Amino acid sequence: MQDLGIEVLFQGKNLFRLLEGLWVTVRISIISVLISIVLGIVLGMIMTMRNPFIKIITRCYLEFVRIMPQLVLLFLIYFGLTKMFQINLSGELSAVIVFVLWGTAEMGDLVRGALTSIPKHQYESGKAIGLTVVQNYLYIIIPQTIRRLLPQAINLVTRMIKTTSLIALIGVVEVVKVGQQIIEASRLTTPSAAIWIYGVIFFLYFIVCYPISILSTRLEKHWRN
Amino acid sequence: MKSSEKLVEIKNLRKKFEATTVLEDISIDIHQGEVVVLLGPSGCGKSTLLRCINGLENIQGGVIILEGEKLNEQTKRIHLVRQKIGMVFQSYDLFPHMTVLENIILGPCKAQKRAKKEVVKEAEELLLRVGLFDKKDVYPRQLSGGQKQRVAIVRALCMHPKLMLFDEVTAALDPEMVREVLDVMLKLAKDGTTMIIVTHEMQFAKAIADRIIFLDHGKIVEESEPNVFFSSPRTERAKQFLNLFEFDAI
Repeated sequence: MQDLGIEVLFQGKNLFRLLEGLWVTVRISIISVLISIVLGIVLGMIMTMRNPFIKIITRCYLEFVRIMPQLVLLFLIYFGLTKMFQINLSGELSAVIVFVLWGTAEMGDLVRGALTSIPKHQYESGKAIGLTVVQNYLYIIIPQTIRRLLPQAINLVTRMIKTTSLIALIGVVEVVKVGQQIIEASRLTTPSAAIWIYGVIFFLYFIVCYPISILSTRLEKHWRN
Repeated sequence: MKSSEKLVEIKNLRKKFEATTVLEDISIDIHQGEVVVLLGPSGCGKSTLLRCINGLENIQGGVIILEGEKLNEQTKRIHLVRQKIGMVFQSYDLFPHMTVLENIILGPCKAQKRAKKEVVKEAEELLLRVGLFDKKDVYPRQLSGGQKQRVAIVRALCMHPKLMLFDEVTAALDPEMVREVLDVMLKLAKDGTTMIIVTHEMQFAKAIADRIIFLDHGKIVEESEPNVFFSSPRTERAKQFLNLFEFDAI
């Protein structure tokens, strides 16, 4: 009989389990991305301050988080905290903490870049028509910052979603981990399952990330006109 | 057009950027309806003086008083004082994410909290006056430099300012667009708008000014009526400066 690996997908609750795994991925991504965006905006604004002390602190944080591979950060939080301080975090919570730490740093730097790329005269024109500082940010600086920020921010979001595949290594059963389990369970009966299951996983990631990039292209086009 | 009522009083103004003194002991009174043109070589402090008047720079000494209210960067209600002053910059600085009309009504609607309907009506009238009514719904990048600058002027006017400041508004424009902007300013002068203008257009300065103030190295060197200043400047420095704009036949 012909060996059709795709059948594995429809055996038992396999497809449902994959989707459950995908939900874990998406849930962790959404939570981390949302928190990162909010904190990143705040951090970005803080980073534009001229205070040298603040500059050094934020710079150190940014470089530290960036240089560290995300996997090392995950191990540090998940295993390190337990060893050092007997803090037992669940895999999911550790993952969210790490992705927020990383996402905030990256987002903060993007926001800082976007804010400083707005010409000084835009701030002054706003002041010159009598806007308060808050109004100036609200109507003039932030809308322009968002427009400049969007392409890179979207890029960061999709990178974060993809990087969540690492959390399988701290025992969180997300979509890739579920896929591995299915493949292992059917190793003897259906040896070609791997290509099919990973193919489906590829497709699932695509379904999640593609609409985001479509949205950003749409918005960019909309704002250009 | 000038009345005896003082709108702005500048007394012994001193401005420093770190160690360098940019403005030294500047005292000027500007009366209601008066058009004052600031002239001088680049770096003499003309633009800085305008920026100080609008509270965009903090000052190290002296006072600026607008309608009896003291003005400085530290004033908590500086944004309220600024609403009385319209400023137009060399680089137009329209807000690129808003249409022409939105650019104009932002200040009146948000800063002054006026009714949108009334503001839009006024904005449209002003646009009509500067010949840009048909551009009200386009974005700034679809406009030429001269058009942008006229919109910037309308944006400032729509706030009903007591005083208009023009900072080299034609310096970044192509020569054929300078005229359309200057014409708008001449019209304003005729209507009795109080203005302080920094410009390098000498013919224009002569035509529009009630008074010329000539600055050099951050000090007022000469202050006189335009016909006196241009025909027989009293100081050697002003003579030299004016000679820069004359060409001898070869």
